[in-house]
Amino acid sequence: MTSTDPRMSTPEPGLWARVQARSIEQLHIRLESLVVLIGLAALMAVLSPFFLSVSNFLNILLATSTIGVLAIAATFVLSSGGLDLSLGSVLGLSGVVGAAVAVKLGAPMPIAVLATVGAGALAGLVNGLIITRAYVPAFIVTLGMLGIARGLALVISDGRVIYGLPNAMVYLGQGRPFGIPMPVIIFVVTAIIMHIVLAYTRYGRHTLAIGDNENAARTAGINVDFHRLTLYTLSGGLAGLAGLLFATRINSGDPTAGITYELTAITAAIIGGTNLFGGRGSILGTMIGALIMGVLQNGLNLLAVQSYYQQMAIGAVLILAVFIDQFQVRKESRV
Amino acid sequence: MTLLNVTGIDKSFGPVHVLHGVGFTVDPGEVVGLVGDNGAGKSTLMKIVTGMYSADAGDVALEGNSILGLTPGDRRALGIEMIYQDLALARQQDVAANIFLGREPVRSVFGMKFVDRKAMKREAQSMIDRLGAKLPAINRPVGSFSGGQQQSVAIARALTFNPKVVIMDEPTAALAVREVQGVLDLIRQLRDEGIGVILISHRLNDVLSVTDRIVVLHHGRAAANLTTAQTNMAEVVAAIVGGSDMADAAAHEARG
Repeated sequence: MTSTDPRMSTPEPGLWARVQARSIEQLHIRLESLVVLIGLAALMAVLSPFFLSVSNFLNILLATSTIGVLAIAATFVLSSGGLDLSLGSVLGLSGVVGAAVAVKLGAPMPIAVLATVGAGALAGLVNGLIITRAYVPAFIVTLGMLGIARGLALVISDGRVIYGLPNAMVYLGQGRPFGIPMPVIIFVVTAIIMHIVLAYTRYGRHTLAIGDNENAARTAGINVDFHRLTLYTLSGGLAGLAGLLFATRINSGDPTAGITYELTAITAAIIGGTNLFGGRGSILGTMIGALIMGVLQNGLNLLAVQSYYQQMAIGAVLILAVFIDQFQVRKESRV
Repeated sequence: MTLLNVTGIDKSFGPVHVLHGVGFTVDPGEVVGLVGDNGAGKSTLMKIVTGMYSADAGDVALEGNSILGLTPGDRRALGIEMIYQDLALARQQDVAANIFLGREPVRSVFGMKFVDRKAMKREAQSMIDRLGAKLPAINRPVGSFSGGQQQSVAIARALTFNPKVVIMDEPTAALAVREVQGVLDLIRQLRDEGIGVILISHRLNDVLSVTDRIVVLHHGRAAANLTTAQTNMAEVVAAIVGGSDMADAAAHEARG
């Protein structure tokens, strides 16, 4: 084992490599994504005089908050080697359930909030049970749930938007304590907590290990099936939270809310450095990914670029991000 | 006292009967070779010992206590470690994360438990140093290491938590000659420390040079239990192939 194989001697790493290694180790992000975010923001600031202001910054965060919470869910599931395609539909279902409980049943605000998040968690639990107990692939189960949750949202609401949430609930979507929109506060607090969970707890480290090498995780004594079950439940619960933010912001339960949001959320996670096939991911990285998309959209809006082009720009950024990542990984790894 | 006592293990996968009442023992400080043809049931038997598979019948006891009802994690905690042929490493995680996988030390901050990265790195480094392994850096993903370096990480993981039994599945199959000697020296060192070692290998020269006893599996049965000092290549090969074509096989193996 002690060998002087020349392949084992590594050259002294350069400054960029050392800073990169530190940022991955300490912050769990790749520097490229941060550089892209700052570069993009600088570009927008030069191009538009309206970009650089506190209120516009809060606008970007507000526009990012719903997708951002979904992207947190996507990061956990993807980095465990799984996939949740039902995020957008579960968001819609949760909003409708919350609105129905609050408006039609007249339940008090805490119960309606709990019902919204709980409906999402329940949908996620069903996903997790079928994936871990019946061994149906996550792609199929969550694709099925995409249809089931959307259909159920339409059934519960009879295909109509449920208007008129109580004021206490609307505050969660439209309130501005200290001038900061409530969805931004909820989003940022959720992101910080989930970043800590993924990066610094055994639960988070086991999530990455399962995504990296499921067999290794099993032999290490990790209860992989139960862990997966909790991950899909967490994912559903976060989709429920996103549904709460969405519904309270537009003051209604819309059964068509969140269509294709799962793809946007997965895009944000992957731009932020999450490995589509598991083993790598960080919430801070995903937040940078979500902000890159938010800044791009906001900047192009300010520049009055047609929204069709924005979709193209985000698609291009996704491919570019994965290209850069693959390039880096190839250079460093023997995979 | 017997360290590990495996008795009467039966195992079927559907209609395929893989193990028929297999038993063997390992004493403290004893190196037992487990040999047999491909498909003889070696890996299945070891996975029953580590808890990855359940047994249809029979018992596995560590220091006199049955461990069949325990999970793989519980058995590891009791001191049964296995180094898998594919190494079972999480390739995108670093050395410390792999060594402590499933057993991460935690420290409490405001009642919440966080993984103690500093302690992990420190202890991982000291274990790597003790093995005399040379790794580019302890905070690099192990997927960026060479095969021998990855093997060092897998071995370090098995030895960090003071094991009682270490099972090695083809530990020398993918190694250079010099590295093979390192693994064999390590096995002798473990033996001297009173650890029981089970060595699965197709390289009969290695098995004959390092083991105290050799258990031969043939078609899912324990065909022979040989004392290494009183046997030879021909006898081992005969047991592996089950008597038929014995002379040919032994001659072939002797030619190397």
